Amino acid sequence: MKELLAIMLSVVLVDNFVLSKFLGICPFLGVSKKLDAAAGMGAAVIFVMVLATAVTWPIQIFVLDVYGIGYLQTVVFILVIASLVQLLEMTLKKYMPPLYNSLGVYLPLITTNCAVLGVTILNIDEGYTFIQAIFSSLGAGIGFLLAMVLFAGLRGKLETNKAIPESFKGIPITLVTASILSLAFMGFAGMVDGIFA
Amino acid sequence: MITIPVLLVVIVGLVFGIVLTFAAKVMYVPVDEVVAEVREALPGANCGACGYSGCDGYANAFGEDRDTPVNKCPVGGADLVAKLSEILGVEASSAAPPVAVVTCQGNNDIAVNIMEYGSDMTCVGASQLFGGGKGCSAGCLGLGDCTRVCDFDAIHVVNGVAIVDRDNCVGCGLCAKACPKFVIDMVTKDDRVTVRCNSKDKGGKVMKNCKIGCIGCKKCENKCPFDAIHVNDNLAKIDYDKCKNCGLCVKECPTAAIKMLPKEKKVVVQA
Repeated sequence: MKELLAIMLSVVLVDNFVLSKFLGICPFLGVSKKLDAAAGMGAAVIFVMVLATAVTWPIQIFVLDVYGIGYLQTVVFILVIASLVQLLEMTLKKYMPPLYNSLGVYLPLITTNCAVLGVTILNIDEGYTFIQAIFSSLGAGIGFLLAMVLFAGLRGKLETNKAIPESFKGIPITLVTASILSLAFMGFAGMVDGIFA
Repeated sequence: MITIPVLLVVIVGLVFGIVLTFAAKVMYVPVDEVVAEVREALPGANCGACGYSGCDGYANAFGEDRDTPVNKCPVGGADLVAKLSEILGVEASSAAPPVAVVTCQGNNDIAVNIMEYGSDMTCVGASQLFGGGKGCSAGCLGLGDCTRVCDFDAIHVVNGVAIVDRDNCVGCGLCAKACPKFVIDMVTKDDRVTVRCNSKDKGGKVMKNCKIGCIGCKKCENKCPFDAIHVNDNLAKIDYDKCKNCGLCVKECPTAAIKMLPKEKKVVVQA
């Protein structure tokens, strides 16, 4: 249990997918303009990451590894994730319309998100067991949500700040802010090992 | 050997393809054509003035109950009511569209100003900082919170008091909700007589702060032949179910706090 928590916490804070692995930068910059949209996107990503790991891990272990075609990992995973998101979207539309209405816009965006593909592949590379992989992807999703929500808050302040020079307005200052936030997250390095030592 | 990888990827693709095909059949959600048509006809401003959660919510209401009233959308106006009636095959009922009215006339020439706020002040901010700059505690602060929430460019602050542009106003009521002094009332375009004061102070205090406020003298109440105007808490209030727009109270009011709006559509509210 301790080990699972360590995996989860380290992927939320230390190896944050957005801020230290630089995966999923596109939605991170694109959907973080408003807090509620950022939270919705983050929730959808958590959902899809866990589900994608639950499906791709068995495929890797029981299909790709068995037949020695691990090099097709990326192609097969993209195929699986894309179909999965489609299926998820249909299921939500039918059985959970309120959830579909709040997540609906973001689900297709996630289909080919590199953060989702990244978490599935990294779980395999780390040699995690199934349970470990699930917790790792849950942590990755929570880390994504955390980064999105934090950054949405920061961007709210940026919008109203009048002291930004003209040439920095818009995307430049957003990227500078993102890099400073990612620097701040470096402060967590080594912390998780210390907690669970 | 190339056959095994190719075969495997084809199988994986095929399996997911078949699953998705079946899922599309099983999970098929029938789209109500009427709802889609109604949604198409609605203006799409998502202001929520209909009482539903935006245009989608209003359109979906028709899917659940075909007898949903078609005249809820103030933005679309009479044109939309006609269009919706056609789609749903019901008789159009003509209700006067709602419109916002600012119940304060205390502009910078008339009302006493007792404070000055910085340039970036909002009404909400000012009302929390000592209640705003006007001597009258109930008056329009003139800092434009209503202008900022209006999606239709229909309310502007002129000389320190908000004024509704009745041609542009669709009656969504966003300004009335945004006003911290509750100085904006929602009436219908048929209601032409309005009490343009929001102060519940006693007559003397009203006169000290503003030249054209309601002093609660009850002259209008006594004059009204339809029992449609009453003074409560030193402020006259019109019962629009009874008001016949005769205008007797307007002539009677000693402080000109009651105003009659012209009948034609082109209305300029005097400041």
